[in-house]
Amino acid sequence: MAITKEGVQNVADLARLRLTGEDAELYAGQLGRILDYVEKLSEVDTTGIPPTTGGIEGSALRADIAHSSLTQEAALANAPDKQGGCFKVPKIIE
Amino acid sequence: MTKFETVIGLEIHAQLKTNSKLFCACPTVFGQKPNTQVCPICLGMPGVLPVINEKAISYGVQMALAIGCKINARSIFARKNYFYPDLPKGYQISQFDEPFSEHGEINIETKGRGKRTIGVTRVHMEDDAGKLQHGESPEDLNSSFVDLNRTGMPLIEIVSEPDMRSADEAVAYFKAMRDIILYLGICDGNMQEGSLRCDANVSIRPVGQEKLGTKAELKNMNSFKFIKDAINFEVARQTDLIESGGAVIQETRLFDPASGVTRPMRTKEEAHDYRYFPEPDLLPLLIPDEMVEKLRTELPELPQAKRDRFITDYKLPAYDAGVLTASQDLAAYYEDSVKLFDDPKTVSNWIMGELLRLLKESSKDLSDSLVTPEKLAELLALIKDGKISGKIAKEVFEEIFTSGKDASAIVKAKGISQISDAGELEAIINKIVADNQDSVERYRTGKTKLMGFFVGETMKATKGRANPGLVSKMLKEKLA
Repeated sequence: MAITKEGVQNVADLARLRLTGEDAELYAGQLGRILDYVEKLSEVDTTGIPPTTGGIEGSALRADIAHSSLTQEAALANAPDKQGGCFKVPKIIE
Repeated sequence: MTKFETVIGLEIHAQLKTNSKLFCACPTVFGQKPNTQVCPICLGMPGVLPVINEKAISYGVQMALAIGCKINARSIFARKNYFYPDLPKGYQISQFDEPFSEHGEINIETKGRGKRTIGVTRVHMEDDAGKLQHGESPEDLNSSFVDLNRTGMPLIEIVSEPDMRSADEAVAYFKAMRDIILYLGICDGNMQEGSLRCDANVSIRPVGQEKLGTKAELKNMNSFKFIKDAINFEVARQTDLIESGGAVIQETRLFDPASGVTRPMRTKEEAHDYRYFPEPDLLPLLIPDEMVEKLRTELPELPQAKRDRFITDYKLPAYDAGVLTASQDLAAYYEDSVKLFDDPKTVSNWIMGELLRLLKESSKDLSDSLVTPEKLAELLALIKDGKISGKIAKEVFEEIFTSGKDASAIVKAKGISQISDAGELEAIINKIVADNQDSVERYRTGKTKLMGFFVGETMKATKGRANPGLVSKMLKEKLA
């Protein structure tokens, strides 16, 4: 299944990845081959088989009991910047 | 000129009152210090796995049942991918094409269009994002601050059909939903704190046209008034735009309460492309029939049913029933009072007139009120037995409200019991008649309106304690 350079660029933009034109060209070819490989699955006749997202059904449920969480210090330990107990980030304007 | 009609659909988000978050065991207390209710799961650290909170599912199912939705025995959680600093995972876990419930409806009362049924497309479950605060001090103007305590709190999103035709209908629908949510006790309903929020999809189309116009999505409306103002502004804006030859573009707009206008939200992404896909960390959610049936039996009496029952059982006007069922507490207060004093309309009048007024004036909650149903019933019995007049009773009521004393004790202490003894009144009335011979003459020549004057004088002389019925009767005899 062919994937265009523009398609790769779009996905890269959405994933906040910066690609050069050369990168995009290279990945378009590679991704196309991966998609071709996966495409083989569609050769299987799945008529009458219900779609599934996993091998088994039914998520386990947990009782609604709260436990203590990380300390503020631990939560912010990896933050590049922090202030007043918050993660500090470049201004987000809505 | 073309006439346009407004088309509105609402998306309501209600934060569920669980003890722990949707996918992790972090506590959900409001107003804690920033980033103190977070763990590796809700912080989106690598290698963690979400586990669904059963209570959140129960609450969601109860809401869905209360608005007549069908519960899907099998539903799928999906990742909604986007980047924003309040979303540490880089995706929201939501439900997309297979939500846990669909196809409900509720009835609302509208001005001019009577009772209307508003369809509910779906109710689905998702986790909330964190909170962003924007720097205001000069050195912080270029920064935003992220608190992730809210991240991962359970939300239900209730999506309506585009069935509303005015801002008033949208508000009526939202109020009805909020009443149901509060009756179920699944969300605190606090719009200021953001536990209950709503977005509105608003478009207009020429009357008679089937196809929907291009919509704008309105956000940031955290009160009923703002919802109304934002929609009315938006309808006027779209109408002006189309009438002047322009076209509405599909966009998200924020309501600014200060200026009362909606403005396009500046987004970093031109087109939203959420790339939904099934959440690989969660298996399909199965909601067995037994669980649904058990939750159905646990549903409380809902606002509409209670209102209808009040109208039928207590023969109350619809207005009274609406006021008294505004909350379960008030409705229970009313029913307890009626059990003790069997005159439903009188009880309603006193609650709506005196109790609610005093609560409002003192910014108190019903639970703070010292006027218990027992005390109210005792007061009403005193009036009924002619021990005090209705006018005096209002003063007594205020005193019960502030002191919590029994009505009879107040009446006794103040010496304000009603004078229903004809002998005692006779002397007073005789004096008034004697002192006002002019008026007596005029009354006798046909100025019967002067009766009010004589009653007033009698009341004045008795400091309002005279039994008004008896006074009128005696005066009529004296003046005849």
